[in-house]
Amino acid sequence: MSKRIDVNDLNVYYGDFLAVEGVNMVIEARSVTALIGPSGCGKSTFLRTLNRMHEVIPKAYVTGKAVMDGQDLYGPGVDPVEVRRQVGMVFQRPNPFPTMSIADNVLAGVRLNNRRISRSDATDLVERSLTGANLWNEVKDRLDRPGSSLSGGQQQRLCIARAIAVEPQVLLMDEPCSALDPISTLAIEDLIAELKNNYTIVIVTHNMQQAARVSDRTGFFNIAGTGKPGHLIEMDDTTTMFSTPSVKATEDYISGRFG
Amino acid sequence: MSVTTPPVPVRTTRRLPRWAPIPVLVASLLLAAGIQFLGDGPTIAGVFFIGAILFGIIMTVTSRVVEGERYAKDRLATTLVTFAFLLALIPLVSLLWIVIRDGVKRFSWEFLTTDMTGIYGQMVEGGAFHAIIGTVYVTGIASIIAIPLGIFTAIYLVEYGRGPLSRGITVLVDVMTGIPSIVAGLFAFTLFLVIVGPAYKSALIGGIALAVLMTPVVVRSVEEMLRLVPNELREASYALGVPKWLTIVKVVLRTAIAGITTGVMIAIARVIGETAPLLLTVGIATAVNWDAFDGRIATLPVFVYRQYAQGGASADRAWAAALTLIIIVMLLNLVARLVSRYFSPKGAR
Ligand SMILES: Nc1ncnc2c1ncn2[C@@H]1O[C@H](COP(=O)(O)OP(=O)(O)OP(=O)(O)O)[C@@H](O)[C@H]1O
Ligand SMILES: [Mg+2]
Repeated sequence: MSKRIDVNDLNVYYGDFLAVEGVNMVIEARSVTALIGPSGCGKSTFLRTLNRMHEVIPKAYVTGKAVMDGQDLYGPGVDPVEVRRQVGMVFQRPNPFPTMSIADNVLAGVRLNNRRISRSDATDLVERSLTGANLWNEVKDRLDRPGSSLSGGQQQRLCIARAIAVEPQVLLMDEPCSALDPISTLAIEDLIAELKNNYTIVIVTHNMQQAARVSDRTGFFNIAGTGKPGHLIEMDDTTTMFSTPSVKATEDYISGRFG
Repeated sequence: MSVTTPPVPVRTTRRLPRWAPIPVLVASLLLAAGIQFLGDGPTIAGVFFIGAILFGIIMTVTSRVVEGERYAKDRLATTLVTFAFLLALIPLVSLLWIVIRDGVKRFSWEFLTTDMTGIYGQMVEGGAFHAIIGTVYVTGIASIIAIPLGIFTAIYLVEYGRGPLSRGITVLVDVMTGIPSIVAGLFAFTLFLVIVGPAYKSALIGGIALAVLMTPVVVRSVEEMLRLVPNELREASYALGVPKWLTIVKVVLRTAIAGITTGVMIAIARVIGETAPLLLTVGIATAVNWDAFDGRIATLPVFVYRQYAQGGASADRAWAAALTLIIIVMLLNLVARLVSRYFSPKGAR
C-alpha cells in the first residue's frame, strides 16, 4: 500500500526567490530515498513540496508536477489536506503538542481530525506506534504526562510515533536523527528499515554513513552560490552513488572534499 | 596554535554578609529622620524618599569599596528596581486600603440584596442590588458582543489576514483603542436615537457602548496570544492531515487559551468600571430592572457617582458600592487564574 512519486521539472519559490530549480526525480515505492547536500541547498524545501507543506508559508508556491499513483499532487482540485493524510512528515526539530499528554500526542492525527476511536483501539494504537518508534519502554509508565516533559531525543521519537500512527503511504523525514544519540539513531534506522516494507520513505540527512546504511537510492542536491537556486545534481542507487558517482561534485561532497 | 596568555585562576571576591542591607536600611531611615528634624520635623513620605536615596548611596559606595565595581552596580540596580516597585505599590495599596476602610461601614448582605426604592434624605438603609444586576446585564451584553467579535477578528488577523485588508483592520483597531469612553457612549446613544427613537433607554444601549470600548482590547490581547503560538505546532498539525480550521480550533486556540482568558478578563475589567458612557445611555434608576431591553437601569459605577455626589449617608453607600465593584473584578480575576492554571501547557519547566 505504499506509493511511488514521479517528480517532474519542479521549481520551488519563496515569493520571488527561486529556492530549488528543475527537479526531476523518481521516488520508488517501498524503498528509502535519501537526500543529501550542503546546508541551504534546498533539501528541506524540496521535501516539504512532496506533501504540500511548502505552500503554508505566505507567498510560497511551486510549479511543475509531482505525480503520486497517477495523480498530480499539484493538479487542479487536489486537496492539500488529502495529500497530507497520505504523505506524513517528521520535522527537523521535534514539535510535540505542549497541551497534550504523551498518549494524546500519538493519537493527535485521530483526535484532531475528530475521528472516533474506541478506548481499546486507542490503547493498541498508542502502544503499537510508540513501540514502532522505539519509545514504548521509556514512557509506558507515564503516558499521561505532558509530551514536552520528555528529552529532546524522546520528543523526536514521539513525533515519529505520531506520524506513523496515522499510517501514511509515504513518510518524509527531515533530519530525524540530528537530535538523537547513537542508540536512538540506530533504533530509528532499524525502524526505517522495517517501515520500508510498508511505506515509501524519503529522508534528508547530513550523515553520509546514515544515508549509506539506510537508503536504497540517494539524491545529491547542490547550490552554485548564495542566492542561487538549488539543483538536484545526481540521483542513483546508493551503492553506485557512494562508490562510483558520475559527477565530480558528488564525489567531492561524499568524500568530504567539499568547498 | 600556542596559548599566549597565561591561565588566570578563577578569582574569589570578598562579599558583604547577606544581612548587610538591613542595618544599612535602618541607619538610612534614621539618618533621614534626623536630617528632617533639622527642618520642619519628619514626615513619612520624607523619611521614605530621603532614606531610599541615602540607602542607595551608602549601599553602593560600601559595596564598591568592599566587593568591587560589578557588585556595586548590581546593588545599585537592585535598589532602584526595588524602590520603583515599592513606589508603584503605594497607590495600589492605599487605594485598596481606603476603599476597604470606608466600604465596610455599609457593606453587608443587606446592602447586596436591597435596592434604593423608597430611600431618601439621610436614611441609612438601601443597597446596591439593582446596580449589581445592572452592571451584570450591561457588562454581560458587552461581553457577549465583544468577546466573540474580538476573538474572531484576532483569528482573522493572525491566521488568514494578508495584505491591505488586514493592515486596515489593524489600524482601525488601534484607533478604536484610543476612543474616549464618552464618545463610545455618544455613538451608542445616537445609534439608538436614529433606529428606535429618542425615548428608548435600556441596558442594551449601555452594553453596546461598552462593547465598542471592549472589542479593540480583546482583539489586541488575543492577537498577541495567537502570535505567540509557535508555527511549528501549526505545521505539525497540518502534516497530520488536519484541516486549517480544526488546526486553529484544536491546536492554536487550545494552546493559547490561558492567555486568551487573561486577556478577556482584562478587557472586562477595563469596561466594568466605565461611568461616563453609562450615565449617558442607561441613566439612573432606584429599583431593580429585570428587563435588559427596556427601561433605565442602575449600574455600580453610576450608583457610586450619584451617591457620592449626594454626600452624607449616601457617601457611605458609594464606598460600599465601590468595594462591591472591586470584589467583582477580583472574583473575575480569580476565575481567570484558575482557568489559565487548568489549561496552560504543561511541561518539564
Ligand atoms: N521560509 C522561508 N522563506 C524564504 N526563504 C527560505 C525559507 N526557508 C528557507 N528559505 C531559503 O531556501 C533555501 C533552502 O533552504 P532549506 O531550508 O531548504 O535548506 P536545507 O537544504 O534544508 O538546509 P539544512 O541542511 O541546513 O537544513 C535557503 O537559501 C533558505 O534561505
Ligand atoms: Mg533543512
